[in-house]
Formats: sequence, structure tokens, C-alpha cells
Amino acid sequence: MNIYFQTLNRDLRIALRNPSSVLNPLLFFIISVSLFPLAISPEATTLSQIAAGIIWVASMLAVLLSLNALFHHDFENGVLEQMLTSHHPLPLLILAKITAHWLLTGIPIILLSPLLGVFLFLDEQGIKVLMLTLLLATPSLSLIGSIGASLIVGIKNSGMLLSLLILPLYIPILIFATSAVSQAQFGLEISSQLYFLALFLVLSLMSAPFVSALALKISLE
Amino acid sequence: MKLKNPKKSSHRLGINFGNQPHTVSLLNIHNLSCQRGYNQLFDNLSFQARAGDILRITGTNGSGKTSLLKILAGVNTAEQGEVVWDQHPVKSDGYQQEVFYLGHQAALSGELSSLENLEYLSALNKTTEQHQLIQALNDIGLKGYADEYCANLSAGQKRRVILACLFVSKAKIWLLDEPFTALDPLGVEIVESRITQHCANGGLCLFTTHQDSALLNQRMIAL
Repeated sequence: MNIYFQTLNRDLRIALRNPSSVLNPLLFFIISVSLFPLAISPEATTLSQIAAGIIWVASMLAVLLSLNALFHHDFENGVLEQMLTSHHPLPLLILAKITAHWLLTGIPIILLSPLLGVFLFLDEQGIKVLMLTLLLATPSLSLIGSIGASLIVGIKNSGMLLSLLILPLYIPILIFATSAVSQAQFGLEISSQLYFLALFLVLSLMSAPFVSALALKISLE
Repeated sequence: MKLKNPKKSSHRLGINFGNQPHTVSLLNIHNLSCQRGYNQLFDNLSFQARAGDILRITGTNGSGKTSLLKILAGVNTAEQGEVVWDQHPVKSDGYQQEVFYLGHQAALSGELSSLENLEYLSALNKTTEQHQLIQALNDIGLKGYADEYCANLSAGQKRRVILACLFVSKAKIWLLDEPFTALDPLGVEIVESRITQHCANGGLCLFTTHQDSALLNQRMIAL
């Protein structure tokens, strides 16, 4: 278990010493959300209806943007080979890297979402549920994304391929998360959507590190 | 496969290893085949290596030296054949904790200092104490570089950091792919003396190099 925290610590340290890699997806997230009121309408009624959708789509694309770097550097400099030959279980090392990725992209997105919600006239209940869905689902985005990132690790200029592989798997999360927020705005029951997001999180937590480990082994052959 | 020994050319590798006792750990490579693309790199490669052996893998560019080491390290999978160390097959926990693989790349992150890189790499392999790591850096000629970011080190210095990791690891089987690359003559001498010492203490070393090596008692495997 010690190696989990050492890997996490290493990844966080590398990211904080190279802040542009962390800040780029977040800036993309903020900018893309803030362009919508200019392009569609500054009216509160219009914006509050589409706020959850905009924030969710932007956060998904921001996560996607940051996924390319998840294994890329370690592949280039040979650390992945060392991880593979190590006697520590590879899924545990990958889970640590995914955790670092979530802490560096998921958490800032969750923290920024209320501010962007206010931008888009989302009401208080809507903001609360938006944050809750992001909290439940952004770890799933990182976990599922790691599978795609590990499959394309040896391929150059593979950004498009990653989107094609991963976006279809993100669609159910998008549908249930946005429907939870819009139902909450009308004061309706949202537990079924939250249960689904929680189920998705548990499933991806149990499977993604193992599938990614397998995919990495194939990519490194 | 051709097998050569610098002293006795008729000596078949894996058959005659002097008077070592039978309890010595044995790395058994049996009927290994490796294919890359349409090229058959080697076929039915079998040999044995015992603890204490220094094996040098020779061959032209593209003959499969790196592929062989990667198969032995558990990174790649052979098309057929088996690799076993003391009843532990390759890729099992019992095998992997005895192996240290040094590849072409330095395995260092430029954003981390030499010591931080070394701490992580030695945690991935078998862990040692913190003070040993600083000592290992000093021994390899990187005194005063512990807190320097690896991005600022030269190619030879980067090589020395990962070699320091090798020297503090408790792994028995050293698989070194071009360990002397980018090293100055003094560096090569240090590495050679550490390999000799490791093998004298019951370790096993398989390495590739295109440079002249002054290592004594090395056996050759020609691919």
C-alpha cells in the first residue's frame, strides 16, 4: 500500500512542478463555459435551462484533454517499464496515477463548478446537485479514461483516437448527471440518477485499473 | 544459436559450470522464440545461467538482444518457450522481485531531483534505506547532485542515477541493456567492478554492449 502513496506523491509533485499541464484543461473548462452566454443568450431563463449540460460537456472535454498525458511521459522516459518489471501489482500503481489525475482535474472542476453555475444562473438546488453529480462521476471519468489512455500509449498523435474510444463510454454518465440536475431544478426526485452514477463509479473502480494494466502490458510489447 | 566462451571455445553454456554445488539458483531458458513483425529474431534458444555467472549477449543490430532481455525482464512475452528462476516462472511475483531491468531509457522524470527519482525507482524495485540512497549517489560520482533536477543532468549523469538504483537494489538477476552507454571510462570501471562484486556475491548478470568490456569470466551468448 506504501507504493500507492509513493506513486501518488510522485505524480502530484511532477504535476505541481509543471503547472501548465494541470492548468491547460482547467482554463479550457472555464473559457468554453463562459463563451456560451455570449453565443446563445444572456437571458437567465435560457441559460439556467442549459447550464448543467454546458458545464457537464465542458468538464468531460477538459478531462479528455488531460488524459493524453496520463501515461505518456512515463512511457517516453521508461518509468512504465520499471513499473511493469516491479514486483508491485501494476493495477495498484495505475490506481495511484488515476487518483493523482482526479485530484488534479476532477477536484478543481468540482470546486469551479459553483462559480460557473452562478455565471449561468443555475439556482442553489441546481448547483448543489451539479456538484454532487460531479463528485460522484468525475472519478469514473478518470478511471474509464485510463483504459483509453493505456491503449493508445505507444501511438503518436492519438488525441482523436482517444476521444473515439472513450466518449461513447462517457455518454451514460452525461445523460444521467444532466438529467439529475434538470430534475432537481424542478424539485423532482433524483435518487435513481445518483444511484446509477454511484453504480458506475463502483464498477469502474473495480474494473478499470485491471483493464488498464492489461492494456498497458499489450501497449509495451 | 552459437555459444562461445572466451577461454574454452568448446565449452557449451549451461552444461559445464565448474564445481558449483547443485543448490545454486538457476535461471533456465528453454526453447525461447521471438518474432518482431515478420522477422524471426531467434528460435529455440535454450541456455542456463547460474547465480555467479556474467553473461554477455552479443549480436548485430536488430539481432534481438534487447528483445531477449525484455522477455527475461517480463516486459515482453515470447512466442513460445519458458523462462524459470528457481521454479518461479517469468512474470510471477517470486521471479519479478529478483529482477532488475535497465533499459535504453534512463527511467527518470526531469521534474524530480536525482534523489527523488532514486527514491521512487528503488521503491518500485526492492526498497532500501534513505541514507543508502545518498551514499549510492556519492559512490557513482554524483556527490552534490542529490537535489539537482534530472532535467539539468547530462546523459551520462542520468545513466549514473539509474545505475545507483541498480546498485542499491536487492534483486539477484541484473538485466542490463547497454549499461555503459554515455558513461566515461571511470564510470565504466565503476559499473564493471560492481557487476563483478554482485556476481561474486551470488548474483547473476546478463548484459549487452557494443563496447569492449574488461569484465573477467564473462560468457558470451551470440544471437
